[in-house]
Amino acid sequence: MSPIDRGFAAVVYGGSVLFALLIVGLFVELVLGSWPSLKAFGPSFIWHSAWDPVANKFGALPMIYGTVVTSLIAIVLAAFVGIMAAVFLADFAPRWIATPLSFLIELLAAVPSVVYGLWGLFVLAPLVRTAIGPALQHVLGWTPLFSGPIYGVGLLTGGIILALMIVPTVTAISREVIAAIPRDLREASMALGSTHWETATRVVLPAARIGIFGACVLGLGRALGETIAVTMVIGNRPEISASLFAPSYTLASVIANEFTEATTSLYISALIELGLILFLVSIVVNALARLMIWRVRGSRA
Amino acid sequence: MIGTARLHRRRVSASLGTAVTLLCALLCAGALLVILGYVVVQGIGSVNRAFLTQLPHPVGVPGGGVGNGILGTVIIIAIATAMAVPVGLLTAIYLALFGRGTVPETLRFLSDVLSGVPSIAIGLFAYTILVAPLKHFSAFSASFAFMMLMLPLLVRTSEQAIRSVPQTVREGALALGMSNFRATMRIVLPTARPAIITALLLAIARVTGETAPLLFTAFGSQFWETNPNRPMAVLALQVFNYAISPYANWQAQAWGGALLLILAVLILSLGARYMLRQASRRLES
Repeated sequence: MSPIDRGFAAVVYGGSVLFALLIVGLFVELVLGSWPSLKAFGPSFIWHSAWDPVANKFGALPMIYGTVVTSLIAIVLAAFVGIMAAVFLADFAPRWIATPLSFLIELLAAVPSVVYGLWGLFVLAPLVRTAIGPALQHVLGWTPLFSGPIYGVGLLTGGIILALMIVPTVTAISREVIAAIPRDLREASMALGSTHWETATRVVLPAARIGIFGACVLGLGRALGETIAVTMVIGNRPEISASLFAPSYTLASVIANEFTEATTSLYISALIELGLILFLVSIVVNALARLMIWRVRGSRA
Repeated sequence: MIGTARLHRRRVSASLGTAVTLLCALLCAGALLVILGYVVVQGIGSVNRAFLTQLPHPVGVPGGGVGNGILGTVIIIAIATAMAVPVGLLTAIYLALFGRGTVPETLRFLSDVLSGVPSIAIGLFAYTILVAPLKHFSAFSASFAFMMLMLPLLVRTSEQAIRSVPQTVREGALALGMSNFRATMRIVLPTARPAIITALLLAIARVTGETAPLLFTAFGSQFWETNPNRPMAVLALQVFNYAISPYANWQAQAWGGALLLILAVLILSLGARYMLRQASRRLES
């Protein structure tokens, strides 16, 4: 190896080491920042439901609840629509329709979070208060999920906004996974006399199901950590209520709302610990999703 | 006869099913058009010369603009790009040219992990290592957070772009006596350039509208701030603050700002698409 090449290799290694250090540093700094809170509350931080900065009492349960419920609403709404759209784009649509439609759906993913929040706050929230909410209450009001006053902002509105934001992820990845299913399977099914629809639902989708599940889990991961849009429509109240119309809080939005106002070091530390929880959950969810997607698609690309 | 009835039923359900998938695809695309349409209709009225070039006015004083936020967005993204490109490219070169075995596989995994980390957690990281020790908010800490957000996309896509340069091209350069360094700089990177620029444009588009990490890094400012060591106004942050304010005048400006953000993201995405076409054309020829 010439000196130039040795130097070149050294610089390239250096850059990669720096990159690795940044990621490790992210984890280390979050742990260090949450240390006072970890020491003060221990694991009970996760299941305590009091969030009272004045009394220096911090428990993450209401935020974990809000995060899980909004994300579940989002994935329930986005999974069906996203998978069906993916089937259409991958198997049914002619190219001249599939290409522009996919592009539009990709753009939906590029719309900034704060724009979704703005739209959610001024268009969706009033719609939930005056139309969607009352309609749901009329039909399903006997369940605790849809009872109580409708504020407009709250778990349901947050969930719908999140659904809009993750549907492009679910669609794009499901579409790739479906496209990766070998043609032979489709041809064999058609040769046996199946319709296109039967081929898609009974042959292609079952073959792709792990990857499609992975796409949904990846969407779920995005929903869990999404901050600004949810912060604008969730209502920002650290309470656990059964009703989906009730205002709530998520892990990410409590950090967004309270971090710059946090006065004591324990308060700041508790907020960073919420970030640490979010970080760890997102790693687990993303790792799972990727494993499932690779199993179907075969490569890491 | 039973056979035909059954066939008929299967045909009907096939048509119905196809219609449902079509509806779902249209629903997704329609949602985008509805949101875009809303932002354009609500925002177009606020966008004028003063809006683009002036400082924000205090509450109650009509007029004013987001000029400092636009400038701040450009400065913060420029610094983030200047930091992300060298680190990202070097890592991508490492992974593409030297990358087999456990260490590179771990690095790829870490990169994937980073791409899934919520931006708010990355903002907290920027806060703990750059804001808390210096005891003041700064535009630079926001650039640092943006760099972390841009890196995974940049690394992953650039690695693929470098890999897709045919091995024979590289070997040809080496056979002519070029050093590994020169072959990479003169032959491999220029061939992969359009794809790398595509990745960069997409990474910039991703952070242009990013707001969460700015809350406790750039923080915002009422002035024409250009010093990266001080708090700085950012367009996305202004949109957020105006949107949740109770003043109609500010809310109208939030729609105007949202329109600007969407336009920027749209232009960057279209630019990325154009570059991608260039990239595939270059590899074909």
